Formats: sequence, structure tokens, C-alpha cells
Amino acid sequence: MLRPKEGFMQPTLPSRREFLKQGSGVIIGALVFSSGPIALLAPSKVWALELGALDEATGKALLKFARHLYPHDTMEDAVYAMVVKALDKDAADGSVKKLLVEGVASLDRAAGGDWIAKSPDRQLVAVKALEGTPFFAKVRGTCVVALYDNPLAYAHFGYEGSSWDKGGYLHRGFNDLNWLPDPPTDASPRLSRAGA
Amino acid sequence: MATYETSDESVVVVIGSGAGGGTLANELCQKGAPVVLLEAGKRQSTATYVNDEWASFGQLAWTDKRTTSGTWRVARDFPNLPAWTCKTVGGTTTHWAGASLRFQRNEFRALTTYGRIEGANLLDWPLNYEELAPYYDKAEDKLGVTRTHDIAGLPGNNNFKVFYSGAKKLGYRNVHTGRMAINSKPRKGRLGCMQIGFCFQGCKSGAKWSTLYADIPEAEATGRLDLRPESFVTRIEHDDAGKVSGVVYFDKDGKEQRQKARVVCVACNSIETARLLLNSQSPQHPNGLANSSGQVGRNYQRHMTGSVYGIFDKPVHMWRGTTMAGIVTDESGNNPKRGFTGGYEMETLSLGLPFMAAFLNPGAWGREFTSAMDGYANMAGMWLVGEDMPQETNRVTLHPTEKDRFGMPIPNVHFDDHPNDVAMRAHAYRQGKAIYEAAGAKRTILTPPYPSTHNLGTARMAAKARDGVCNKWGQTFDVANLFVSDGSVFATGGSENPTLTIVTLAIRQADYITDQLSKQTL
Repeated sequence: MLRPKEGFMQPTLPSRREFLKQGSGVIIGALVFSSGPIALLAPSKVWALELGALDEATGKALLKFARHLYPHDTMEDAVYAMVVKALDKDAADGSVKKLLVEGVASLDRAAGGDWIAKSPDRQLVAVKALEGTPFFAKVRGTCVVALYDNPLAYAHFGYEGSSWDKGGYLHRGFNDLNWLPDPPTDASPRLSRAGA
Repeated sequence: MATYETSDESVVVVIGSGAGGGTLANELCQKGAPVVLLEAGKRQSTATYVNDEWASFGQLAWTDKRTTSGTWRVARDFPNLPAWTCKTVGGTTTHWAGASLRFQRNEFRALTTYGRIEGANLLDWPLNYEELAPYYDKAEDKLGVTRTHDIAGLPGNNNFKVFYSGAKKLGYRNVHTGRMAINSKPRKGRLGCMQIGFCFQGCKSGAKWSTLYADIPEAEATGRLDLRPESFVTRIEHDDAGKVSGVVYFDKDGKEQRQKARVVCVACNSIETARLLLNSQSPQHPNGLANSSGQVGRNYQRHMTGSVYGIFDKPVHMWRGTTMAGIVTDESGNNPKRGFTGGYEMETLSLGLPFMAAFLNPGAWGREFTSAMDGYANMAGMWLVGEDMPQETNRVTLHPTEKDRFGMPIPNVHFDDHPNDVAMRAHAYRQGKAIYEAAGAKRTILTPPYPSTHNLGTARMAAKARDGVCNKWGQTFDVANLFVSDGSVFATGGSENPTLTIVTLAIRQADYITDQLSKQTL
């Protein structure tokens, strides 16, 4: 169900300080698209996510699982790491941790071995085999919120987020579409000079 | 701002501070009545609103647990969130888009106009358009509705340009930026629209009308309003003579309070209004307060809805600017040749990236979904809203076992689409898709109904007491000093967004209540 998000939105990539702190697990990655919108936001091409409850292998498997559920080929792993971060936070609850750890184990079983080492096609077959399980539902439900509700995703999709602090779009392109003719003024009056 | 004793038997208690309750409280105060306004939610302001969909949802939405049943898809995708309404001072006027359309004449005479329809519990309203017209006029002036009272329309945003282009190519005639309760320039102490794009999250410029910063401060300025936020009403009580005597509520500290009243007006949005009446059962009212007809909670309507998104090969940036300032009204009449009764409106709509992911196709995963999301910046969107058929079996009931933190049964919302709703939605989807294809869309996506924001009919007004809960003033047939003051009183839903009509009825009801108070009949 819909629920308010809880603190998983981070304005920047996981920091090096967080990485050095060391937890029970750490995922380290590098940005693939050095000129993409996310690279502009990132302080470094290397990112790290420190895990509190999950180990590195589980975290990496969940990241890959999230990529299979919501595949955006040109979207950085750093964005998918937001899903792992949210799941790791929830895994502070032992029952959630158990669900996730056993879920990853069931992926291995479905794949007949180390799931993450299999080909992408075989990985996907195992993902589909788990549809309908509580593990699948938990990861999918977390994904659909965490993956699209952070500044890195905003940058990837071109969404501009909060606007009131920039004066809205009144003078910043609310009607700048130029590949169609402008509607007549009776349908769409011109901007009032006393607009705001 | 006034402070009344809980033992004060002279006050009018209004429960809920949204379009119905907030308006009614102000109108009563302006006419000299002492009003205690009880609101379950906290008081926010334009300063505390946030341009962040999930954070705002957490701040404003009514998220108390509810259950669902029936064949509607909402029951599967959002089983504990049948409706997207608000628990905050200002109610759902914080969240509404601002579309402000009058009902059409015939929509007040649904049974006469449409005839009997199998499975539908159609009824004519016990009032007509002419009776409401002067009040519509007042409501439009109060809200500052564009294209009325010489108020200019809003300038169209990018989403509107796409919508307009496709609609005109398809041959639609009545296409414009709508009648919106959003200032196109400053008016009545509220700023003009800054095209912020977060109408649903509370308007931070205050350009969109909300009782929070329009009617409630006006009422407070009279010195007659006692607004009590975070006050959750659990029961309405009555005396031996059968008149309501007061309400029981839990205050912000969770402490039980009992406020006496001369008149009680219920405006909690259709689900909670019905729940409160049902939870107020007593030996005199064994099936719920004011429910001798058995109609409380029944005929729940949510409008036929759906959305269409078109993906183009060039950017649209639909999130920029007003969320819903764009309309085609050509399909809103009753034209049975289309294969269904009643009509629908097509209105521009945008969702931010987070809510687009949540609502585009709830439960979906994989490339079909993500390839659509990849087109987000090039997407245009519209909402379809039409008249749905009232059905007795679509209803709000009390959950047999689950209770809220105050020990009161939570509501269950049961809904099945009527075949007419299904036929209308199919037609509306087809036309919406055709609009975007005419504008050059590469792909169109049909999105299922969101949790309901238009909740209507659960305490409907009727000419005869056996057919409904209230008379034409929203006064309950069974209890003279008990009124219903929100969309629950709608006999049928029309094809229009309901807020303007809710406000109109509340202004009219205030006249009636003050008149009856002065005549000592209440």
C-alpha cells in the first residue's frame, strides 16, 4: 500500500566518510556514464553504500534483483543502491532481514547455484519464478518508491522536483513547448502581467 | 478566534474543515452563529507545504487504516487506501486541483433524464438548477473561479498545449484552460498562480482556493470561530427527545472530550461521514444515526475515472505549471448513442516522477513499465472523470472486527463498477488515446483509477425520507438538528468535479440553518 517514505532520500551519493566508517557490509560501485546527469551531481565517480543490517553479498544480489525488476539500462547502479539502502534500513527489523536473506537464497536455488554469477537471461528466469512470493513483493514495493524518489533518479529522468523555491515555472518555462503551435488566447489567455 | 466551553449548548458544531465544513463554518460565523469547528488533522500553512509528493502525502493525506472489497482494481492495488483525501485543516481543499464546474441542469434530474437503469439506484435531486444558480454564483465569486465574474482564464502550460492540439485535431470544440479556483492574477488577498506544479501537495503561493487560508481566517476574524485541530470525533450523541445534543471527540492529547451542541453538521468526506453516523448508533437509532432509510453508507460514488498518458518524441515537461488547467467538455452531455448513459470530462493532469511510478500501472514491473517511465519527460497526461451509477451495494460499512486507536470500528469500502461505468471508461480511454495520437504520440498508456478523491453519495438527499438520508437542505430526515454538509449528500454525481457544488450547497445550507436558528426551530 501507499505509505509515506522514510528517510531514504539522500541529496548526495553515499559519502566516502560513510564508506570508511565500515559496517556489516559495503557495496562499492563506479559511475558508468561519466558525462550523464548523475555524474554532474556526484562528488566522485566512485560511490559506496555502507550497510547496517545486510552483508555485502545480499546487498549486491538485491541491487541486481532491483535492476531486473525495473530495468533502465542507462541508469546508474548508484540509483539502484537507493533501493538497497531502503531495504537495509527495513532489515533492522529481524523479520525483514530474514525475508531478504532467505529470498536471496531462494534465488540461488531457483537458478541452480550462485544466482548473481548466472547470465542475465538465467537471472531473469529465477526472478520470474519468485513472483508472488512475499520476498518479491517486498523488494518490488520498495523499488517502486525508493528508485524513483531521489535526486539521482530525478536527474536521470529529467524531472525537476521542488519548484516553489525557484519561483515556480511562471518565468521558467511552464509554456516553453515549441514543437506545437500555441493555442489561441480564448482557450489559453496570455500570461497576466500582474501574474504573481 | 473564540473559545467556547464544552458545556456550551448554544454552539453549532461542524465536523470537518474542508470544502463543505470549512465553508459552512465561515458562512455561519459571518451570519453571527457561534461555531466550534472540529478537525481531525493538524494545521499546516503555505509555508509548511512541501513540493515533494511522498513527503506531502505523509503530511496531508488521510492514512488511517481502511479496508476494501469488491471488484474495483483499487481493492487489489491499494487495499487499505480506497481514497486519496486529506486529514488536515482545510481538508481535501489542500489537495484538490481546483477544477470548478457547475452541474448541468439535467444532472439534477438523473432518474427522469436517464430513466431506470438496471442495477442503478438513480434518483432525482430534491432541488433544481435554478434554486442553486444564485448560490453557484456566490461560490464562484468566493473561490475566484476563472472564466466567471470577469476573471481571466489561466495561461495554458506545456501539458495543455499538447492536449489542445490533439483535441482540436480530433474535432472537439470546447477546449480551454478550464474554470479553475486558481487565481490568474491576485484577488481577494490571494496571490496569482506561479505555475509551481504542485497543486496536489498544497498550493504554496495560495493562488488555489483552500478553506485553510481563505474561509477559516475569515471566520476567525469574526471572533465566532473556535477551531480545534487534531480533534477526532468518534460519536454524535442525542437526547431522549431525539435531538442531537453534542459530540464525543479525542483531542490532540488523546483525551476524550464531550462538546455540547445546538446543531451538529457532519462534513468528514463521504467515507468518514457515513462511518461516523453508523458508529453513532443508539437504542433509538439501532442501525446508525439518521439511518431509518437504511441508506447511510449506500450509493457510494467515486466517479468513473481513469487517466491517459501520451509519450511523444519531444519534451513536454508536463509537471511544469498547473496540474489540471485544461479541459474538453464535449463529452460531458448525455448522449446514449455512445453506448452509455451520462457524460464525462477530460482534464489535463500531471504527476511527478515518484507518483507516476506509483500510479502508472500499480503492481507492474519489467520493461513494459520501465520503457514508459523512460519517456517521462516527453509525456503528456489527462484525467477522465464522469458520472458513475449509484448502486445500493456500493457502500461504506463498519468493519466487523477491526477498530481504530479510539476503539471505533474502521470503515470498509465496497465498490463494483456498474456496466455503464465500464462502457463509459472504455469510451473515454478511446477518446483520450485518440487525442494524444492526433497530437503525434508514439505510445499511449491507459492508467487505472487512482484511490478516490471524489467520494459522494453516502448520505444522499432525497424528496422522500424512504429514499435518502437528508432533505434538500442537507438536514437529516430523522434528526432535525443534524445536518450533512459535504459530498455525501449528492443524490447523483454528475460528470463534474464536485467541489464547487459542495461549496455551493454549504453556502445555501448556512442560510437555511441561520434562518431556522432565528426562528427557534432548531
